Amino acid sequence: MIAIRRLPIVAMLSAFVALSWPAAATDGSVPAPEFNLVNRAGGQLSLASLRGQVVMINFWASWCGPCRQEFPALDEMYRKYKPMGFTMVGINVESEKADAERFLGARPVSFPILFDPDNKVSGNYGVSAMPTTVLVDRQGRLRWQHRAYKPGDEAKYIEQIRQMVREKS
Amino acid sequence: MTRARIAALLLLLAAASGCSGIEPWVKPYEREDLADPIMAWERDPVASSYMRHVYESREGARGAAGAAGGGCGCN
Amino acid sequence: MQLIRALALFALLPATALAGVLPEDRADLMYHYYDGGGVTIDGPSLLVRKKFAEKYAVSASAYMDMVSSASIDVITTASPYDEERTQLGVGFEYLRGKVTYAASFSNSSENDYNADTAGFSISQDMFGDLTTVTLSFNRGWDDVTRRDDDVFRDEIDRRIYGVDISQIATKRLILGLAIETITEEGFLNNPYRQVRFVDPGAALGYDYEFERYPRTRTGNAFSVRARWYLPYRAALQGDYRFYNDTWGIDASTAEVSYTQPVRDDLTVDVHYRYYMQNGADFYSDLFPRADFQNFLARDKELASMQSHTLGFGVAWEFKPSMVNFLGKAALNLKVDYILFKYDDFRDLRVTGVAPGTEPLYDFNASVIRLFFSGWF
Repeated sequence: MIAIRRLPIVAMLSAFVALSWPAAATDGSVPAPEFNLVNRAGGQLSLASLRGQVVMINFWASWCGPCRQEFPALDEMYRKYKPMGFTMVGINVESEKADAERFLGARPVSFPILFDPDNKVSGNYGVSAMPTTVLVDRQGRLRWQHRAYKPGDEAKYIEQIRQMVREKS
Repeated sequence: MTRARIAALLLLLAAASGCSGIEPWVKPYEREDLADPIMAWERDPVASSYMRHVYESREGARGAAGAAGGGCGCN
Repeated sequence: MQLIRALALFALLPATALAGVLPEDRADLMYHYYDGGGVTIDGPSLLVRKKFAEKYAVSASAYMDMVSSASIDVITTASPYDEERTQLGVGFEYLRGKVTYAASFSNSSENDYNADTAGFSISQDMFGDLTTVTLSFNRGWDDVTRRDDDVFRDEIDRRIYGVDISQIATKRLILGLAIETITEEGFLNNPYRQVRFVDPGAALGYDYEFERYPRTRTGNAFSVRARWYLPYRAALQGDYRFYNDTWGIDASTAEVSYTQPVRDDLTVDVHYRYYMQNGADFYSDLFPRADFQNFLARDKELASMQSHTLGFGVAWEFKPSMVNFLGKAALNLKVDYILFKYDDFRDLRVTGVAPGTEPLYDFNASVIRLFFSGWF
């Protein structure tokens, strides 16, 4: 009887102890893992070819609700900061292209979409939540990793992009 | 299951929730099939809760119908 | 008439949200119909939910039963009646990180029964979102009265404690485990129902007296379930539940269900459910004499019985062109056939035989659910 009464308290305590998911900064010494993936617009795109720009990498899937919400914000960021040496790639992690194509048909974006069907790149980047957004600086180093997305997170992204575009290559 | 055992199980889970040592063996980007709407325990709560009511008012057993949970790996 | 063990009212509260992501906004309007054993119940059911800023969600439900009852108990000891029950509920959810807090309140009322319930739950994702644990607590307060009786009034106090664990096992398999304990205290029987006892002096060879139940009941339910994703895009689910309580009822439930999309916009499902229970300790179809023991019951719900259900469902999804704010809509039809069979409850419509030798009772029921869903 007593044990049952204490349960809600135990549960609440465990909840507060639970991991939260803040953005993680790295110390900027780790180079972003290289990749060379099929580009939806044709051909292939490698991370090395983007050296010199600030690169945002967004791992997404058509079945992921928060990814759907994040896309318009990402598109806006891409248009706005591209002139300042910023670029973005959306890496789709699904094993078949059909669902991604249908998703993009309904929500077209202007930034490049790449496909990672065997999830090698997702594994290399340690993707542990969907979506995951990673920021790479002009020298190809991993600087920020955002796990998951909630409306309002784009403000943090913009702050970090602004800071990083001011850095020299 | 006695109440003492339930409490012990919960305390264990509470402690375990704080430990990040266990690596998820199904990565978030591998959850495609699990995220399919047909994989939901209850696709239409208005219909399944009515059926639960039909049974509970005519049978002696009740409870543990269970419908919560199933992270999609999002957020 | 006590339409329901008001506990059943909990069953109508929609399931709580998953931790991590709040479910989509939607509204469902359903017509429900039950016909079986001389009882016909139909009515509407409405459920609406909406979230705000991906952090808060509110839901509201309204439900009605319109009852026309000429059930076997009613026919043999009373007269057919019509009745109405209304149930209203609200729910709130708050999502913070990996934890969802939920609260719900509902009220059910009919002319001789009023039930209020309040529920709270905490749901948390752990281990990389592979596991979701939900703790829940429900409290109920029922007021029992009797038609045409201004004096009788009693109560039930109910508490339900639950733990639910949902576990992703592989890329295509999800497992669930649920444990629930239900304790009730108060007037747990039906103020109209009677038991029968052998009475050689009576015309039928038996006579009636009012049932008498214990004033407490504690039950435990334990269930496991598994849902597989089949590679050609279908889902197969198996459920098993075991229940027992302090009234001596042991029950097992097993269910198998299969869901398959057959076109982009059409999904069908089929399921089979088997249920069996042995009767309560103080249940008997025919007591040897009046006032035979402390507690007396002849409610077929507490008898030794089995039920078989075969159910079919079809869902058609479409994009409503007329209504702009609905992104997606669906029309659903679900039909279930249930056979109830009793091992120790006899059909008293059959007279002229020795008491206790009437045929065992059984009946079929058809349940139809027709509903429209809109996502906005």
